Amino acid sequence: MMPVTAIVALAVVTYAFRLAGPLLRGRVTVPAAAERVFADAATVLLIALAVTSALTAGHGFAGWARPAGVLVAGVLVARRAPFPVVVLAAAAVTALLRLAGVS
Amino acid sequence: MRFLWRTASPGLLRGVLGDRGLPGGSRVARPVRWRLLPSGAQLGDVALVCLADGIVGVSFGASSVGGGLAWWVPVALSVLVFAGGSQIAAVGVVLGGGSPVAAVLAGAVLNTRLFPYGLAVADVVAGPWWRRLPGTHLITDESVAFAMRQSAPDRRRAAFWTCGVLLFLVWNATVLLGVALGSAVRNTDAFGLDSTFPAVMLALALPTLTSRSTRVAAGTGAVIAVALTPVLPAGLPLLAALGGLGARWNGWRNPGGRFGRRRDGAGHRASPGPAAAADTADRATLAGGKR
Repeated sequence: MMPVTAIVALAVVTYAFRLAGPLLRGRVTVPAAAERVFADAATVLLIALAVTSALTAGHGFAGWARPAGVLVAGVLVARRAPFPVVVLAAAAVTALLRLAGVS
Repeated sequence: MRFLWRTASPGLLRGVLGDRGLPGGSRVARPVRWRLLPSGAQLGDVALVCLADGIVGVSFGASSVGGGLAWWVPVALSVLVFAGGSQIAAVGVVLGGGSPVAAVLAGAVLNTRLFPYGLAVADVVAGPWWRRLPGTHLITDESVAFAMRQSAPDRRRAAFWTCGVLLFLVWNATVLLGVALGSAVRNTDAFGLDSTFPAVMLALALPTLTSRSTRVAAGTGAVIAVALTPVLPAGLPLLAALGGLGARWNGWRNPGGRFGRRRDGAGHRASPGPAAAADTADRATLAGGKR
């Protein structure tokens, strides 16, 4: 469930982050350390979300088909495959495994 | 086109933030004649970006409704938030059973990078309020990257606005298309759409694992999140993953770390180290555009 207030809250926060730069230009510099923490926090969240949403559904294991598709995607990303290929390959592997009876 | 998918481009931003004298100052002095359209080659690049993002848009719309959300949720997110990574993260948290608060927090953390982006393109979105308000909304990884590839003020504007406006149109249209497809197809799991979310997030995040300290933080965070998923309410394990940042504490001062070179307080920082070379390569990637 995603209530309207949550959508609006995320929209407002996001716009505030966007607006802060143009408003503060010339008056502030982002310390390199803070910039690094922003960047690493984003990476940590994305990886954690990718891994948990690949492996788990609710409180349990998601089954093998989904992580297998995501694993193929990860290999393709590492091999610098074009983005559309990565996404379609993940879906295709998962779909084919399910078609073959692997949940 | 990996550079499009970076969650942060510190090399690029540092380069830009260092250029104090650049376009912002000249803006007042002389009226800028607007080039409405960038060159053909650039339009081609923008089109490729739109194509890639369009695929994500379709998958985002379809997976959202396929996961059980109302059709207007991905649509409203795309119009109002317009930041793909955070939209996917927020919906991912909610579909995983997490609370809306956790979803907003996760999305907000991902969007902190928009702040330094805004500093980098402040000159481009400047102007009367009717130009500045929508321009601010168009600040994305892609539009900023295209603007940064140009140095002349009018070209920066043309690149930024062309990419931003087209991307906004394509993104929202494809999300709508995805919503329609996801609503028509009852069982989206049969098409493997549920694995596209994690795939997109990997594509976003893996290229940013350029330093050891980042890899340690991300690996630790992932282990924390997975380990806590069976026991904590959904959404919280993800936020707990930020604890992985603690694992890179030493990386903060490590001269060999990703950001070995710094302008400020560089006294105790010795050599640039190998990571700096990777950083330079990053910047070359950014400058070089798609690959």
